[in-house]
Amino acid sequence: MSTLTGTPTDSSDSTASDSGHPRTVAAVLITAIAVAEPFLGGPQASGGSEVPASFTWLIALWLWLTVLFANLAESVAEGRGKAQASSLRQARTGTTARVLRGYAADTDPGAHSAAVTEVPSSDLTLGDVVVIEANGLIPGDGEIISGIASVDESAITGESAPVVRESGGDRSAVTGGTRVLSDRIVVRITSQPGDTFVDRMIRLVEGAERQKTPNEVALNILLATLSIVFTVVVLTINPIASSSNVTVSVPVLVALLVCLIPTTIGALLSAIGIAGMDRLVQRNVLAMSGRAVEAAGDVTTLLLDKTGTITYGNRRASEFITVGCSDRRELIAAAAQSSLSDPTPEGTSIVDLAVTEGFVRDEIDGEVIPFSAQTKMSGVDFVNGSSVRKGAGSAVREWVTASSGVVTAELGEAVDRISQLGGTPLVVAVRDTSGKARVLGVVHLKDVVKEGLPERFAELRTMGIRTVMITGDNPLTAKAIAEEAGLDDFLAEATPEDKMRLIRKEQEGGALVAMTGDGTNDAPALALADVGVAMNTGTSAAKEAGNMVDLDSDPTKLIEIVRIGKQLLITRGALTTFSIANDVAKYFAIIPAMFIGTFPGLAALNVMQLHSPSSAILSAIIFNALIIVALIPLSLKGVTYRAASASSTLSRNLLIYGLGGIIAPFIGIKAIDLVLTLIPGF
Amino acid sequence: MTLAAAIFPLLTVVAVLTAIHRPLGDYMARTFTAPKDLRVERGLYQVLGVDPASHQSWRSYLSGVLAFSAVGVFSVYLLQRTQAFLPYSLGLPAVPEGLAFNTAVSFVTNTNWQSYSPEVTLGYAVQAAGLGVQNFVSAAVGLAVAIAFVRGFVARRSGTLGNFWVDLTRALLRVLLPGAVLAALVLLAGGVIQNLNGFTSVTTLTGAAQTLPGGPVASQEAIKVLGTNGGGFFNANSAHPFENPSPWTSVLQVILMLAIPFSLPRTFGTMVGQRRQGFAILAAMGVIFLLSLTAVTLAELGGSGTAPQAAGAVMEGKEQRFGIVGSTLYATATTLTSTGAVNSMHDSYTALGGMLPMINMMLGEVAPGGVGSGLYGMLILAVVTVFISGLLVGRTPEYLGKKIGAREIKLASLYILTMPTLVLSGTALSFAVPALRADIDGTSILNAGLHGLSEVLYAFTSAANNNGSAFAGLTANTPWLNTALGVAMLLGRFLPMVFVLALAGAFAAQDGAPATAGTLPTDRVQSVTLLVGVTVVVTALTFFPVLALGPLAEGLL
Repeated sequence: MSTLTGTPTDSSDSTASDSGHPRTVAAVLITAIAVAEPFLGGPQASGGSEVPASFTWLIALWLWLTVLFANLAESVAEGRGKAQASSLRQARTGTTARVLRGYAADTDPGAHSAAVTEVPSSDLTLGDVVVIEANGLIPGDGEIISGIASVDESAITGESAPVVRESGGDRSAVTGGTRVLSDRIVVRITSQPGDTFVDRMIRLVEGAERQKTPNEVALNILLATLSIVFTVVVLTINPIASSSNVTVSVPVLVALLVCLIPTTIGALLSAIGIAGMDRLVQRNVLAMSGRAVEAAGDVTTLLLDKTGTITYGNRRASEFITVGCSDRRELIAAAAQSSLSDPTPEGTSIVDLAVTEGFVRDEIDGEVIPFSAQTKMSGVDFVNGSSVRKGAGSAVREWVTASSGVVTAELGEAVDRISQLGGTPLVVAVRDTSGKARVLGVVHLKDVVKEGLPERFAELRTMGIRTVMITGDNPLTAKAIAEEAGLDDFLAEATPEDKMRLIRKEQEGGALVAMTGDGTNDAPALALADVGVAMNTGTSAAKEAGNMVDLDSDPTKLIEIVRIGKQLLITRGALTTFSIANDVAKYFAIIPAMFIGTFPGLAALNVMQLHSPSSAILSAIIFNALIIVALIPLSLKGVTYRAASASSTLSRNLLIYGLGGIIAPFIGIKAIDLVLTLIPGF
Repeated sequence: MTLAAAIFPLLTVVAVLTAIHRPLGDYMARTFTAPKDLRVERGLYQVLGVDPASHQSWRSYLSGVLAFSAVGVFSVYLLQRTQAFLPYSLGLPAVPEGLAFNTAVSFVTNTNWQSYSPEVTLGYAVQAAGLGVQNFVSAAVGLAVAIAFVRGFVARRSGTLGNFWVDLTRALLRVLLPGAVLAALVLLAGGVIQNLNGFTSVTTLTGAAQTLPGGPVASQEAIKVLGTNGGGFFNANSAHPFENPSPWTSVLQVILMLAIPFSLPRTFGTMVGQRRQGFAILAAMGVIFLLSLTAVTLAELGGSGTAPQAAGAVMEGKEQRFGIVGSTLYATATTLTSTGAVNSMHDSYTALGGMLPMINMMLGEVAPGGVGSGLYGMLILAVVTVFISGLLVGRTPEYLGKKIGAREIKLASLYILTMPTLVLSGTALSFAVPALRADIDGTSILNAGLHGLSEVLYAFTSAANNNGSAFAGLTANTPWLNTALGVAMLLGRFLPMVFVLALAGAFAAQDGAPATAGTLPTDRVQSVTLLVGVTVVVTALTFFPVLALGPLAEGLL
């Protein structure tokens, strides 16, 4: 593990630029005017109205507060990230790595006789091979090339249960800063110093590596356009007003400009971005870029692996089917007895189902025959000479025929039917004391779809997201499960190439595709997908290829990620709309105030009945500053997102943030004005 | 005047437009998508050296537009400067430089702002060969650019927008010429004059001598309104009885102004294969039109003051034969399209009533706007609206399957920035620079103070939007206004075209995203409402302060 002391994360990029921001320039300018005023004979009258002596100072004060509040928004967001980062840094305490010199993969894969030199983990480079023994800290990100170990990854996942990591296969990646609890592993380092997983994670949560996402760039252009429009508007006011020989004072013009240009949303944008990333991190998902988070909100097709995501991954007994004239109770009893000492999930699920159908557990008086790959059966030979067997159709058939039993065509039909439904048939047979065997029936084992999934998929459908199940099963099985879970489509007998082809096809149709994966063979597809979520248990190839890593390795989290992406986009849009809508009320406060001294008729536009021109302008400025503070919690928490059609989401958000954005400042400015009237002179 | 009589002209306009917008819109869609060329067109292409089958990128399409228009400006300028040597010039001398520049730009940009009195400045040669030709081709250029923009939505990764020369030729030969011939015949039937008589001296009943001008009025009148040009044969424009003799020719002119702009959304819908999308754009235009018409009519009907009360209504500057509603309908149509023809003097409207024609133009002339320019203006606003609403539903915004990213929003923003910047800076400069101020106060403005500001503001709004109507009080034939308004017209016409074509190119290079359940529909009442809202709010935020200083301050006194 490399220490990062050499590259302190520096978040100044995102905040220090404020010194050149218009609001800061405005605050400096007005302060200078306020200082100069006493020497020039007090505040200048504006638009024909006299202003109180303290007017310019108060405007300057509130402009500075605006600057302060805007910076506050960013620092609160970054502060949250920093807290997480410091806990991560603890995992990064420098450690000593034991590097193998002259590692020979062919002759000594376990590196039991290779020479070892000790180097600080910060000096490790790409390709070094290190050995870690029980209780040792893994010094850097890497791939196990030999050995198996249980690893405590709580430092990064927060999950205290140790996980198994082994060479080969899909669970070979280890993360620097995690601890080996038992055994000994040889690891090839796969990251450059200073660029390990934890390093990247720290930079991400601190917001230092936050790049603007495409939508954010587009929004910034729109906001810049508005700023230019308002600058032109404000700059042309005095020349145009000169036609009626009116002059508006500089503090008033600056106040108007600061109120109009989208400072509110400008201050909150980066906070929203950081908070979005933060929400993902809280759910133990690491996004490698903000772009990925945003793409998640845009996803139109979700590729979901069947096993682990849609089904529990274990087949479970769902039904007992009798064959011929056999007794149902006898079938249930026999199936349960043959499974009592079968510890596999299939076995326990048969017993569980039998118990619900009235089977009573009892001591077995006989010898348990465990399942073996040769016999493909398990069962019990009872002391009284009778036996029960359950197992694959062909094996049990042979066993029955060998014991002079008869296998009817009915059995074949039952077995086929279950196969067609995508299930696995287990045939149950019994041999009585006379040595004659007969088939009792079939247990239907099937993939059980996780609870609540059809509802979640329906929710996704209203959001406009198509769900496609990926499975290695045959098309029949796949179809049955896809229908049961309520998926839109499925890809059966999928090879990695099939997956790639499907992603390409979807993308050519203009869709954005999200998928999860863990194996090395998933890597190309993960890289191709717009949002590729790699499981933390996966190989480092998969983690490199994806643009997100789920530390909990929970594939269903993809749905969660989509929600977070959408919430991020909506929060940004909602606050922008709110902020622009605010300008309407600010105009109604400031414009009449500017000219009412010369044109008393403009009092008709003073719909808020603000007390005086000075109090009106100051109220607008104060509102403009306070609204930033008021919106910080919302920008950090994100707006509430409900799965609904685009139209109803739009209506709802327009009502709240559009209409609300128009109405709220009318009330706020009026309230502030009422308070200001208490100040003498206003 | 009874309510029924007041509403009748409007009902006629609505009924006729409802009847013709579909066939006309579909006809235009066919015109610009048909693979076959007419024989006369093939001949033209051979002369011009154009391959009608070749498709242009947005840059070469734009080059065509700019080159063609530059030639237009130059030739109209030259014609005016050499007027003394041209036949049928009624003995009029060459037009001075500043005025010639202003007039050349004005007609090429489809503005038809007239800093001069036509009947005493321009002879038939310049009127026909210069202005008459530009009346047709400037409208055709607007139409071509709008069609190219629509093709940007239709194209899938091709990056091409069709061929400018083909679009221009077809717009002329298949849309504007036949339309103008038809319109001229109807206007003739309505009593509009058409002759080459020059000036006729007559003795009136009271025995006074009067000189009556004649001219090929009906033919110019037809394209003046059909091509949303607005440049009248006479200074009084459509208030002049030879141009607009009766209430029903007035209604007819309103219909002709609105015919192509209100049919283009249908063309758009048909070309993109989603007629509901076209209807949504049409609905937004219609709503704004009716709102504005209602507002200006109420302002005029409710006009207070001693003189109006004595007269029974605010009839100053309005023709008795048109009445208030006939005038406000014409005023709304002429300023919401880029026509600028007038049958009443907007300067004489009540302060608030006179603000509405100004606001109509400040909206960017999008409801329904000029021939072509109205459609692309409204579609740009639709792009911005979709962008904002896309953010509100948590998706990267897309319109008709085209994603609206940084480049797209940049171009749309530049489009929207252009007009207000020209209007505000032009007006501000006129008052801020002392020398110009002296000129404005001394020569140009008839009424000083608030109303004078309104006159200058109106002039720059009209020029930057290529409208061409004027608040009559302003004398614009001064070096500063001829130059400044000329520049405003040029930039106000061609900068937006640059951005529109660049945006079309960006869309054409994109693939189309399929509509899913999560795609925000853009053809519902909701989206139409939002589009109207965005259009109004953007305008209000930009122009509220300056309106407060002019018409609002004046009207609320």
